[in-house]
Amino acid sequence: MESYVSHRERLWLYIFVGLVVFYLVAPTLIVIPVSFSSTTSLSFPPPGWSTRWYHEFFGQPKWIGSVWVSLRVATCTMIITTIIGTAASYALHQSSFRFANTIKVTLVSPLAVPSILIAVGIFFVYAATGGMLNTLTGVVLGHTVVAMPFVILTMMAGFSSYDMSQEMVARSLGASRFKAFTSVTLPQIKFSVATAMLLSFLVSFDELIISMMVASGPVSTLSRVTFATLRDDVDPTLAAVSTLMLLITSVPPLLLHIYVARTKRKER
Amino acid sequence: MANFITSTQLEANRRALEKDRRGETWMRLKLASPAFLVVAVLMVLPLMVLLSMSLFGLDGQFGFSNYALFFSESVYVQMFINTFWIAFIVTAICLVLGYPVAYLLAILPSPWSGLLMLAVLVPFWTSGLVRTFAWLIILQRNGVVNKTLIWLEIIEKPLALVHNMTGTIIGMVHIMVPFLILPLYASMKAIDGNLMRAGANLGSSPVHAFFRIFLPLSLPGLVAGTIMVFVMCLGFYITPAILGGGKIKMIAQRIQESIALYPTWGPAAALAVLLLLMTAICLFVSLKIVRRLTLGR
Repeated sequence: MESYVSHRERLWLYIFVGLVVFYLVAPTLIVIPVSFSSTTSLSFPPPGWSTRWYHEFFGQPKWIGSVWVSLRVATCTMIITTIIGTAASYALHQSSFRFANTIKVTLVSPLAVPSILIAVGIFFVYAATGGMLNTLTGVVLGHTVVAMPFVILTMMAGFSSYDMSQEMVARSLGASRFKAFTSVTLPQIKFSVATAMLLSFLVSFDELIISMMVASGPVSTLSRVTFATLRDDVDPTLAAVSTLMLLITSVPPLLLHIYVARTKRKER
Repeated sequence: MANFITSTQLEANRRALEKDRRGETWMRLKLASPAFLVVAVLMVLPLMVLLSMSLFGLDGQFGFSNYALFFSESVYVQMFINTFWIAFIVTAICLVLGYPVAYLLAILPSPWSGLLMLAVLVPFWTSGLVRTFAWLIILQRNGVVNKTLIWLEIIEKPLALVHNMTGTIIGMVHIMVPFLILPLYASMKAIDGNLMRAGANLGSSPVHAFFRIFLPLSLPGLVAGTIMVFVMCLGFYITPAILGGGKIKMIAQRIQESIALYPTWGPAAALAVLLLLMTAICLFVSLKIVRRLTLGR
């Protein structure tokens, strides 16, 4: 949409939006220089440079242990949510049986419910049944609930741009349903699957409140330990943690974005 | 001869199709059930348990005593006022900051709009914990903001920007703005640019055309985004807990604390039910308004 208002007349708008963008992007980056500080203060710019906070981070079992827990939880959540979420999206795509809509709404609803409520609910269920509190399985199942809407929405969008009759053709030529899905459908929705995997991994990796309610002791996730440290004793180790988290949560989406753009250009 | 199909064959055919259709539905139900079960058992069911727990008071009697607590104790009343007030302020600021960004996103030509989109999406993807920690560094007593203001000689003594309401609001707005921009952008992108040009052609000034044409057409996205941000603010946890420094209590923290501290969970369950109810009402109202706005066209 081009405009009949000159750029000069709109200068104030550009400046205002520039300031908002600065407010959105710049503050987070401050954790990077602070993580290389040589002192215990969180001042910016740091008085001197060192990598001591990274040594501190990698030297403490509390941090390293929680990183492993988080990576394991996020990987399990990603696998489970992507598989059962894709199966559900496949089943619900273009289907009009009686419960289809109810199921669809239920699967997306965790997005609308405040996560503190989901966390409290899961805590009550685990506390009542016993045995699920503070277990890896318990945390993974909890994260599966909050990651589900992202997988469902991504896969629904993926299936909506895919012509299901191709799979029908494969089946009419003698392929089994599963074979038809893996050899005809899956290659064409692979980007949606990759996006769904990435989203479910990141949602789990970032999730705090469920982890706070149901995961303590040996299954404390990185976000839980970070939050506790942030509340109780702040030091630049947190800046090192934050820098690493920035890397983990921003590099994979960027890589996927570039990869998708490049492949699409090639296919054209 | 082969062209003749008897009615029994037709009937058999129909039955086979019917069986096929039923088999298909059954297969689809089976495929959808694992995901459905996980969400139903771990979210829908627990919410119902919460509701029933909230209805039994300290004495184990059925009734609304847990809810009555909220209206009798000033701590709770203050907490509710705080929660709504913060949610309101944050939403209002998000609106002022987000609308121009969404507008530029919708009208800028290709490379610029892509870059601007990236600037909105990158913070959107960054962990809330990391962003909250970054604000703690920036807003502290001898942080960047205070140092700059003193250097510019605007203030003499450092301002208290964190561990209070100011810090909470700055941090929350930072997290919420993208949630307003994205739906707003989606609804602005769908506006036909020719309408604005037609308005100009008919002698309308840019400002007039904006208020008479563009703004009304962007209302559905505006309402959806605003209410979404408001609802998310109501149940927000991380930022008030860290940047509020224990002084700012919102409903989510109160729920978490009362479960961690007290042996009886009735009051916490009642708070949770209230939060759920407020969320549901807001979403329902937003749905109604958006539907009316889009149907009215």
